[in-house]
Amino acid sequence: MVGILEDKDRIFTNLYGLHDWGLEGAKKRGCWNATKDMLDAGPAWIIDNIKNSGLRGRGGAGFGTGLKWSFMPKEVKDGRPHYLVVNADESEPGTCKDREIMRHDPHLLIEGCLIASRAMQAHACYIYIRGEYVREREVLEAAIKQAYDAKLIGKNNVHGWDFDCYVHHGAGAYICGEETALLESLEGKKGQPRLKPPFPAGAGLYGMPTTVNNVESIAVVGTILRRGAGWFAGFGRPNNTGTKLFCVSGHVNLPCNVEESMSIPFRQLMEDHCGGIRGGWGNLKAVIPGGSSVPMIPAEQCEDLPMDFDALRELKSGLGTAAVIVMDKSTDLVRAIARLSYFYKHESCGQCTPCREGTGWMWRVMERMATGEADMKEIDTLLDVTTQVEGHTICALGDAAAWPIQGLFRHFRHEVEDRITSYRAGKPHVMGATLIAAE
Amino acid sequence: MSVRRLAKDQPAAFAFSADTMATAQWWIAKYPAERRQSAVIPILWLVQKQEGWVSEPAIRAIAELLGMPVIRVLEVATFYTMFQLEPVGKVAFVQLCGTTPCMLCGANDLKTVLKEKIGPKNHISADGKFSWEEVECLGACSNAPMAAINDYYYEDLTAETLGQILDDFAAGKSPKPGSYVGRGASEPHGKIQTLLDPALYDGSRAKKMKLPNAPEKAKKAGKAETSA
Repeated sequence: MVGILEDKDRIFTNLYGLHDWGLEGAKKRGCWNATKDMLDAGPAWIIDNIKNSGLRGRGGAGFGTGLKWSFMPKEVKDGRPHYLVVNADESEPGTCKDREIMRHDPHLLIEGCLIASRAMQAHACYIYIRGEYVREREVLEAAIKQAYDAKLIGKNNVHGWDFDCYVHHGAGAYICGEETALLESLEGKKGQPRLKPPFPAGAGLYGMPTTVNNVESIAVVGTILRRGAGWFAGFGRPNNTGTKLFCVSGHVNLPCNVEESMSIPFRQLMEDHCGGIRGGWGNLKAVIPGGSSVPMIPAEQCEDLPMDFDALRELKSGLGTAAVIVMDKSTDLVRAIARLSYFYKHESCGQCTPCREGTGWMWRVMERMATGEADMKEIDTLLDVTTQVEGHTICALGDAAAWPIQGLFRHFRHEVEDRITSYRAGKPHVMGATLIAAE
Repeated sequence: MSVRRLAKDQPAAFAFSADTMATAQWWIAKYPAERRQSAVIPILWLVQKQEGWVSEPAIRAIAELLGMPVIRVLEVATFYTMFQLEPVGKVAFVQLCGTTPCMLCGANDLKTVLKEKIGPKNHISADGKFSWEEVECLGACSNAPMAAINDYYYEDLTAETLGQILDDFAAGKSPKPGSYVGRGASEPHGKIQTLLDPALYDGSRAKKMKLPNAPEKAKKAGKAETSA
């Protein structure tokens, strides 16, 4: 057997789109089965079971999904409707899992939306999908239409809980993946994050109680309730339970998306599912384990590393969205991180000064570090600036811009220093030169 | 932040086509009646589909349609990078992902191809048919490197296949979106080892079932399992 998880325990059974994504196919694979029983069991039962399953939010922060739902007001009061908003603005570099759910298993998501809405007394749900996912949006809209036509959702549906599901789309702003920026964008404004509190559970979309969840967090809900909280909690290590979609990109032989048990050792994930590191295990240099916002970890720390929230946090990194970006020894790490710095500079919404100015500043210095043109003492200045941005902004984009740089210098400071030294000695670094020399 | 301004040369007027207007109304109906503003991004996108880009008269027309101040539409149009504020290539508008995961897999080689075949980025080719820009992560990283051409994703590209795709567009064909190494989606290429169990697809999961941990009141149906 490859990996840890058996086929019978996989939730996303059409991950690769080899089967029918439509309603018939989805039903045959078990979706929409016993959904009415779940809704009839009531909100408290749903929330308790999700809590017991140990499901932690799949959008990056890893906050308990059941707990998040329990923050919503218990009753709808003063004519203030509750909303569920699904964050399908998947833009974290390295992450490409929600896309596969939406185009290949959309009914799991729609069913999850209905169940989650019942749990939070919401009658309307907006799925905010990123604007670039045109094909995925077409499939999702078609799947929602199927669900309406079959009376699975909508007014007076067979489940006895009036529920409308709408697709909304964005237009290419990474920041709209931040929950309050997403709400602003959904209200037809610039996607600039709001100060918290008030939290969305108190005042979210249109000022009403709102919960924002990631696509994967919502799409797994139906299956968890069908199979039982204990089943889901049986995978992975305590506090890091369940199955998880891993998106592997970069220098592996077979880059892919794969659903695996949480806490699968990194090396097993690579070798069983991704055909191993390009050039063999020994050729591994560093890994960004959870999407571009988390600090990289060097190959030495990857050998027995369990891929979960807590193990990666101990290494001062994070599981994030489980988007694993693999870099082999041919990689120019400084250049790779400088490109990420450009990404954050480009995506800063411009609201908070430390981030708006800091991301541009950090990118310009990183560009000079990449060529070696910088001054040695600038390394410490740069690290100092990262700490001035980190934690001093409304949302986490400032942190996300700072961490990759900190991760680089934590483990590969010597590489940057060597580059600066060579440049000063009149031997500037040329991109790809090591590759040419090796041939 | 990216600084974005409206184009210098603006058309004199803008009018919604009947199709655009019908779809715009469909979008507006998705939101509570007093929240029409929510539809601004989808409608800007529709206008861009109609005209190829977003012009100043169009922004005014949208503001009027949604009952918003013009400045609010303008700030949305300039904030979101998917709105093209200047005309783009009419036959193929290539948005190449240049962020790290694609860069690691050779996006820079693709830039060379685009420069050779189309010209410098953010400029329309002389015949008005092509233009390209570098965009940030498009969320198809397991299929890197990739580009979105006229909305759809072309994945697992090489310099050769991208060149061929551009040649096909130039020849009036419409090359198929998707993977260009023959993958269906984001599965491990040629080596699918998971999701092979036939029991997942034989309909056995659609049979009537009883929920585990079913609550007390649901037990009236019969002997339910005791909750764990």
